[in-house]
Amino acid sequence: MALPLFPPTEDPGPDFSRLLRGSGDLAAPPAGDLALSVRHATTVVALRFADGIVMAGDRRATEGHAIAHRAMEKVFPADRFSAVAIAGAAGFAVEMVRLFQTQLEHYEKVEGVTLSLEGKANQLAQMVRQQLPLAMQGLAVVPLFAGYDTGRGAGRIFSYDVTGGHYEEPDYQATGSGGRDARTTVKLGFREGLSRAEAVELAIQALYEAADEDSGTGGPDVVRGIYPTVAVVTAEGYTEVPEEEVADRFRALIDRKRIERDAAGSVPGGGEPA
Amino acid sequence: MTMPFYVAPEQVMKDRAEYAQKGIARGRSLIATVFAEGVLIVAENPSRSLHKISEIYDRIAFAGVGKYNEYDQLRVAGVRHADTKGFAFSREDVDARSLANLYAQYLGNVFTHEMKPLEVEILVAELGTNGKPDQLYHIAYEGTITDEDRYAVLGGDAETISERVGADWRGDRDLAEAVRAAVRALAGPERTLGPGDLEVAALSRANGRRTFRRVTDGELTEILSGSSVPPPDAAQTSRATRSGRTTRSAGGGAGGDAAHDRAATADGLTPPTTGPRPPTG
Repeated sequence: MALPLFPPTEDPGPDFSRLLRGSGDLAAPPAGDLALSVRHATTVVALRFADGIVMAGDRRATEGHAIAHRAMEKVFPADRFSAVAIAGAAGFAVEMVRLFQTQLEHYEKVEGVTLSLEGKANQLAQMVRQQLPLAMQGLAVVPLFAGYDTGRGAGRIFSYDVTGGHYEEPDYQATGSGGRDARTTVKLGFREGLSRAEAVELAIQALYEAADEDSGTGGPDVVRGIYPTVAVVTAEGYTEVPEEEVADRFRALIDRKRIERDAAGSVPGGGEPA
Repeated sequence: MTMPFYVAPEQVMKDRAEYAQKGIARGRSLIATVFAEGVLIVAENPSRSLHKISEIYDRIAFAGVGKYNEYDQLRVAGVRHADTKGFAFSREDVDARSLANLYAQYLGNVFTHEMKPLEVEILVAELGTNGKPDQLYHIAYEGTITDEDRYAVLGGDAETISERVGADWRGDRDLAEAVRAAVRALAGPERTLGPGDLEVAALSRANGRRTFRRVTDGELTEILSGSSVPPPDAAQTSRATRSGRTTRSAGGGAGGDAAHDRAATADGLTPPTTGPRPPTG
């Protein structure tokens, strides 16, 4: 590898993707019709609470109707104060996250300051837009971005569409094939000034309901001990909620559901009481 | 009248070296030293935004003295190299040695082939992992590369400062003690350096993945005004050495330190060596 020095007129600045394109290390999107079955990633949800944001995602990746992977991570730290979650074609999505993470750190090191939260959201939008040709071939990647805005002292959430359009959400958002069910669940339970525990609980409920309705979304896998990823971003930075806490909350939720059904006199097998 | 165009290569090299040395000597110096948590870099730099010390990658830091635009260009190239390498391969494949070699190649090339050599001296510091020691690569303006595992001094007054650092160097100091020792060595007996004159950063094992951290003005003020009470575990091993140091900064403020430092010149500037020296290395 050579020392990447540029004359001032051709300097790529703090733009890491441009640097990669210049060196030929960034693969160009494939052209033509892609009739492959690729891994798709599914329900991710983010919501605001009193101290920041909670972001959660299921762990299932599917290829057509088959389960391709049971323990895929879909929620990642973008940098210290932000998180990114992905839905869509898994290969491209994970690569986009890696590029995004590197880009944020690269900018910070080259420029000596961190990007604003809005700057980060814009940066991600450009990456999504570059995927548009792939999205037209059915390989869309739709991320969800949220973080703690250190300037404003509050959590903020940004949602995206396949064209790179990004929209700031006031309170919560979910995306992926189970996004609709997750969104409805959060909508019913959301109120201003939730505590961390309440927000984590609500995210877990949303994922449970999404997995209940959507075949592409994985629920809690009690047998293998695989539970959805839940992360919290506050003024202290990004932290992942410990797996034991997530597991305990899911177990409690399942117990509650069972008791409710028993009390209502439901018959096993999902039939409604006569 | 015709002018002779031939100039002996020795003369060319000598002139270039002299030119670069002069440029570097105009700048202020910096010290990089290994301490208990990792690598500490202390530079004399009155600017808060034009940094001499910067982060390159998770465990790698960069420091430069001399002409700002020249070493900053090298710094950015280093960040690009490291980020590209980490993206193409994996984060653990990014190492300081290959970067230091690239810098050395480039500086050597410019020195021999360009009109003007770069008036810089740079340092690439790496925090050791998996039992490997911390490493300091010192690269001079003509591409000479030296690796140190204890301390390195860059800049105009490097030799004198190096002697001062070497005289009481220890690898087991905590952050505050290491900063104070480095500042003493940088300032010398004649001067006092306050938080406003210094830029301090460390690669510390306590910092998680990205080990680079700048020591803020507030922290620095606290460190420099604090008394150098030795940590309890090391106190027994070097009581005599230690008691000498404690007296030196007992004055409290930076002014007090200077007075003690001036007093210390009388006995040849070296710190008291009456007691057994603690093991180094």
